[in-house]
Amino acid sequence: MKTTFSWMNIASHCVLIFGAFCMLMPFIWMLSTAFKPPQEIFEASLWPLPKNNYGFQHFSEVLKSAPIAKYMLNGVIVCTGILFVQLLVAIPAAYALAKLNFVGREFLFLCILGALSIPIQATSLPIYIAMSSANLLNTYFAQMLPFFLSMFAIFLLRQNFKSFPDEIIHAARLDGMKELEIVWRIVTPSALPAITAFSIFSLVAHWNDLYWPLIVISSTELAPPPLGMLLFASAESGANYGALMAGATLITAPMVIAFLIARRLFIQGITMSSFR
Amino acid sequence: MNKSNNQARSENILGWALALPATFLLVLLYLLPITWVILMSLTNYELGAISFDWVGLRNFSKAFEDEVFLRSFRNTLLYVALVLPSSIFLGLGIAILIHARKRTRSIYEVIYFLPVTSTLIAMATVFQFLLHPKLGPINHLLTAIGIQAISFISDPQWVIPTLSIIGLWQLVGFNMILFLAGLSSIPEELYEAAALDGANGPIDRFVRITWPMLGPTTLFVMVTSCITAFKVFDTVATLTQGKSGSEVLLYALYLEGFQYFKMGYAAALTLVFLFFILMLSIVQSRLIEKKVHYA
Repeated sequence: MKTTFSWMNIASHCVLIFGAFCMLMPFIWMLSTAFKPPQEIFEASLWPLPKNNYGFQHFSEVLKSAPIAKYMLNGVIVCTGILFVQLLVAIPAAYALAKLNFVGREFLFLCILGALSIPIQATSLPIYIAMSSANLLNTYFAQMLPFFLSMFAIFLLRQNFKSFPDEIIHAARLDGMKELEIVWRIVTPSALPAITAFSIFSLVAHWNDLYWPLIVISSTELAPPPLGMLLFASAESGANYGALMAGATLITAPMVIAFLIARRLFIQGITMSSFR
Repeated sequence: MNKSNNQARSENILGWALALPATFLLVLLYLLPITWVILMSLTNYELGAISFDWVGLRNFSKAFEDEVFLRSFRNTLLYVALVLPSSIFLGLGIAILIHARKRTRSIYEVIYFLPVTSTLIAMATVFQFLLHPKLGPINHLLTAIGIQAISFISDPQWVIPTLSIIGLWQLVGFNMILFLAGLSSIPEELYEAAALDGANGPIDRFVRITWPMLGPTTLFVMVTSCITAFKVFDTVATLTQGKSGSEVLLYALYLEGFQYFKMGYAAALTLVFLFFILMLSIVQSRLIEKKVHYA
């Protein structure tokens, strides 16, 4: 065993701690400001701890003026809706691409690979025009529809299903199982780790997305958390930083807490996205 | 394999049946919209207008004479040029330091990764306050050491660098994780062999082993970060709304399309944006193929 004490170690800890401080600084300042009374905020001192606790006033002010709980609920509805359809569509398609021989399979896969890197910003104009003429703007459906097909999910699960042993599928067919039963009952459970990782990636990405909701949603009733935050910030537009920081705390909390609980899964799920 | 025709036919039907929903959505959400964007970019269509004219490539030539678009283009490139090297070097440096830690490794990982999961819109509001000319602690610190307060967000000189600091803050943990994965795949024997050759110092080890072995990872992180930086939008929408000359590509596109409803022109901007993204993605997929060969 090497000794753990050395100057190199201390230096490396110092650098890491300084970096960690820079990373955490916005979170620390957000929390402390949310609890500071207005006069302490305007003193603009560098002392982070509030001398008097004003948190209750700020948080109740936010909850009164902005439907934060409603934003969260909207976020949950939209994100789970997207994820549900994504999996429902992607799993059978990925299975077909991995395990079935059909005419045009290579072509379909090539199309999917080609669309893999096309972001929502590239297709948003026509989808918006179509939705606006179909009177679909300002609905949950409008927020979800463009994301129902996840090329990334198909791509990832196809890789996963490919390594599933053919013998088991043949045996299941001989037992008289329907193909859809094989997909959902046998092959899907085997890919559970990949599905979990993808789910986290999808939930985080859509929970934090601003671009599309900003385009199709104009009412606070349907706004997901990022858009809600934007609306709240522009409504507060001025001096009430305490309430603003309390709002930011509430908006950030769910994802941060979820991340702290399942940090392995989060890190795996989110970084996986770059391998598409 | 000796399959009867019947079986092949039923597998054809089955395959397409299972892939049908995905194929339908592929046509509806990608194929048609992209075709539509290409056609629309050749028109002067505005949402709500009764008629439109075909204008050829005039939207594109207009874009490259449009001062706002050109500025948004320069700003985006500047933003990428600032975020890219800093997020790679800091991500790599932190990853190397964290990789050497045993007991504290997971704590550091969590702290550095925290900004990646947090909702950027909310955190941008926090940064706005941190950087406030009068109330923010950053300017308080600057004035305390005798430097004049800086209007980070409303000063045209500072706004893009400020936005890129926020972008860096969010990206560095992501890159760190990718580099950590790369570092764990370097076999320990290589370092032992290098030690026998006399490479003992940390710099020696880095130059001879770590850096060359991380080559593919670094290239990959570079392209991924480039794509992320190129898509900068949230911080601009929250903090500046394009004021003080801070338009970026996606924000200009958003304004033309969804605020001014100049669909033809916005479609042309979309294609310019898509061109860059696709070029980067092609490089990226080449790199992934390479990585698979290495493994």
